[in-house]
Amino acid sequence: MGGKLFKNFSFFSATISFFILIGIFSILFTYAQDSIREFGFDFLGSEVWEADEDDEEIGIFGGFIPIIGTLLSTLIAMAIATPLAMGIAIFLTEIAHKTLVKPVSIAIELLAAIPSIIYGMWGLFYLAPIIQSTFGGQGVGLLTAGVVLAIMIIPFMAAITRDSMNTVPDVLKESAYAMGATKFEVIKDVIMPYSKGGIIGSIILALGRALGETMAVAFLIGSVMSIPSNITDPTTSIPVLLANNFSEAMGLEMSSMYYLALVLFVVSLAIISVAKFYFLRQKVK
Amino acid sequence: MSNLIMETKDFNFTYAGVDDPSLKNINLPIEKNKITAMIGPSGCGKSTLLRAMNRIHDLYPGNKYEGEINLYGAKGKENILDLKKENDLISLRQQVGMIFQKPTPFPMSIYDNVAYGMKLAGVKNKSELDGRVEKALKDAAIWNETKDRMNTSALGMSGGQQQRLCIARAVALKPEVMLFDEPTSALDPISTGAIEELIAELKKDVSVVIVTHNMQQASRLSDYTAFMYLGDMVEYDKTDTIFMNPNEKLTEDYITGRFG
Repeated sequence: MGGKLFKNFSFFSATISFFILIGIFSILFTYAQDSIREFGFDFLGSEVWEADEDDEEIGIFGGFIPIIGTLLSTLIAMAIATPLAMGIAIFLTEIAHKTLVKPVSIAIELLAAIPSIIYGMWGLFYLAPIIQSTFGGQGVGLLTAGVVLAIMIIPFMAAITRDSMNTVPDVLKESAYAMGATKFEVIKDVIMPYSKGGIIGSIILALGRALGETMAVAFLIGSVMSIPSNITDPTTSIPVLLANNFSEAMGLEMSSMYYLALVLFVVSLAIISVAKFYFLRQKVK
Repeated sequence: MSNLIMETKDFNFTYAGVDDPSLKNINLPIEKNKITAMIGPSGCGKSTLLRAMNRIHDLYPGNKYEGEINLYGAKGKENILDLKKENDLISLRQQVGMIFQKPTPFPMSIYDNVAYGMKLAGVKNKSELDGRVEKALKDAAIWNETKDRMNTSALGMSGGQQQRLCIARAVALKPEVMLFDEPTSALDPISTGAIEELIAELKKDVSVVIVTHNMQQASRLSDYTAFMYLGDMVEYDKTDTIFMNPNEKLTEDYITGRFG
């Protein structure tokens, strides 16, 4: 009797997440209908985002700028974070003395626990002026957002990469050393290829995170509807545009924002699926 | 005397963070072009001793060596415990190869696995590499099975093939000594037979030290046998003597299966 109840309950719990996923997708898709019908795929390449002066219910809306802003800030973040995260993981698994591994690991995991708004504030008040005086621009912009995003995804990437490097069997490393390999050669020829799946998986998961990050980027990217011509220029990103405009938008603009949300949802979902199912599968041995 | 390739003299080894030495006063000669087997119950220190002979213990900090381990290589007598620089250790490991309990193919093609050590040693000439890879694979009796799939991943081979590949990989470096750490313990009987045949062949060119749990293997394969117990070298002699007429009661008890 109790067993059956428990079974039904756990079945319900397990399926609910699936239905939430479908539910969100269908809501986004339904509300985006007007915009999809109006602009079709041209939406993705159009730079105009303007409500009609007389009727706020209509207008011309295109997602190119926030899409480009999202992609560029993410790209900058990945370019900075990937080498650093690899360095951290290699340091922790192969180079650091035992007594150092724990404190550094904990510090990195704590970095991941900082709420994103704190990164945003720190970036705005501390990092933005530094970037302004070093690279020019207005302080807020693509580069600042990218750098802070990088700092936010490094712990994540480093932790997954470290875990995956830790699965390299000692005896495999030993046999490379026994062939006369140096530490660097062991890392390059054995550890990196062996944990390649985990490394790529961590990069892709971090990518998915960076794409969807809202709060910190909202502080730092400038929230301006313009195409950046320079790396320090302000622009906007999909989550930032959505967060900033939701309270005021109506009609077609609202629908276009659902369209943007749908684009982000599908891209993030695709990225995470690829990472999870292709690269981070448990190796069957 | 002049037939020695290696010897340990009053050798002590202490693992990091442990007070008592795991190996005590080990004196073991390794004869040139012979097979020396080390037997003894688990924890007796035979693998520890083997792993000292190419200083692979150095990968983990804090381990302590005392005494001498001499290598009579191309450069003449050399106490390998005196080596400090990474380059010297690398050259030691090129002279003293090692095969592990489990096959350890690298995540690369069959060809690259065998060529790997030579590339590390600086061999760049493609035709020389090709020639030495082929020779090594022939020496390891695996050429026929691999010649048509040199560029496929070594991870797709069977366990026995992988272990022979690892032997080929080590042989390719033309080492003076090869250390085998229970090389057949993860293999089926047929693969085990193939590896044993191979080791017997190898002694034409290299001196072999093999750690084994399998006493039949030691008696079939080796010329000399050392019996170790709790970190001591109890007895070392010709294999026939150890198995037929051991000096020590402890050796006899172990050989006849009374403990271990």
